[in-house]
Amino acid sequence: MENLAQYFQMGGYAAFVWPAYGLGLIGLVGVLWLSLKSWKDAEQEFSGLKSSRDDGASS
Amino acid sequence: MHKFANPTFFMKIANGIFPWATGISILCFAVGLPLALIISPPDYQQGDTVRIMYVHVPAAWMGLMVYGVMAASSAVFLIWRHTIAHLVARASAPIGAVFTALCLVTGMLWGEPMWGTWWVWDARLTSMLILFFLYLGYIALGDSFEDQERGDKAAALLALVGSVNLPIVHFSVEWWNTLHQPAIFGLKGFSVNAAMLQPLLLMVAAFQFYYIAVLVIRLRAELLSAKIRTARFNLAAAE
Amino acid sequence: MTRKRRRLYFVGLGLLGLFSATALMLTAVEDNIVFFFSPTELKARTVAPEQRMRVGGLVEEGSVNKSGGTVRFTVTDTVESLTIQYNGILPDLFREGQGIVAEGRMGRDGVFLANDVLAKHDETYMPPEVADALKKSGNWHPEGATAQAAEAKPATTSN
Repeated sequence: MENLAQYFQMGGYAAFVWPAYGLGLIGLVGVLWLSLKSWKDAEQEFSGLKSSRDDGASS
Repeated sequence: MHKFANPTFFMKIANGIFPWATGISILCFAVGLPLALIISPPDYQQGDTVRIMYVHVPAAWMGLMVYGVMAASSAVFLIWRHTIAHLVARASAPIGAVFTALCLVTGMLWGEPMWGTWWVWDARLTSMLILFFLYLGYIALGDSFEDQERGDKAAALLALVGSVNLPIVHFSVEWWNTLHQPAIFGLKGFSVNAAMLQPLLLMVAAFQFYYIAVLVIRLRAELLSAKIRTARFNLAAAE
Repeated sequence: MTRKRRRLYFVGLGLLGLFSATALMLTAVEDNIVFFFSPTELKARTVAPEQRMRVGGLVEEGSVNKSGGTVRFTVTDTVESLTIQYNGILPDLFREGQGIVAEGRMGRDGVFLANDVLAKHDETYMPPEVADALKKSGNWHPEGATAQAAEAKPATTSN
């Protein structure tokens, strides 16, 4: 337990090392999430548009 | 060569690459992160702050590389008018911007304890900040035109003009006195010990394949948006 | 076909012009881009007494002299050297043989009065044990040269 606490202190540089990795995680996961969302949104809109066009054609 | 310009063919290849890029990226992160954070030794001078380098250096390289991809595909778009090349540039920009921002922020987190300052206006730091602004400018410009085609061309031109900054970022530490240290990779190989080089290269690979995977996702979204625009246009024309 | 060719030449020439213009411009304003002057460069320039500037060099071995809150040390570029006086907190990396950059102004007595001292790190990264091994085997060349030394001795660096 003590070793673990010591590890997380990063030799006294915890305040610099952990934020660097935390921000890295937020940045990469954030871009991935936004990209997936824009893809899914576009897919939904496209299928909606296709069905509305088909409706338009049938009416 | 120009058959790659066919979006259907291009996406067929991209979708084939996608699972591989995703898998390799996850694998490299899974091996690289424990090496970077736990197994690799502290540096003889920097102590544990050396671990920041395993995020900072890959982010910096990718920030430069992605801009290179953006500039090259913008040139292809301007000369041969292949829409897919423009979409590659457009889809790359936000990824590259985040890489560059990450490089700047992790650099500051390293600079404060090691240099004794968060930021200095030396040639390397300043040119890297300009790279970040170029990304932002490119993203903003693409959406600010009423006329889609003119916006595309203006953004492509900006990407091309901004490429003059790439050699400046890279060589700034050699051409001028800077506070930033010279490149770790030179003609004589790496000046980094093997135990630290391993996590560094794994993280570089992880970032690289992350970029490819996310690029494919963004390209799918971009192509769908283009299709939606055409469908809307046809719908409006039919009424 | 010819239009594409024309656009290709146009982009190529445009980039060539842009890169050359930038290169010329950067050469012209070089003095404003360099972050610091070395003691040799400083000697070659005429400096106004109150002009703020930065000097950089290696902290000379055995030159660090602390009294109270004030530190005096000499930086060198192996040709010329300059004494610096500083009143404040030194960065973690500050030590003898280390590269530093000091910001301040030239005093009348030829001593550089620093408001701020920054440590400059080199591009060499290695674990403490390797650094010790290099020192023991006599392959230790601080600042820059360590990179080549580390490479010339792959047996000691690979662990």
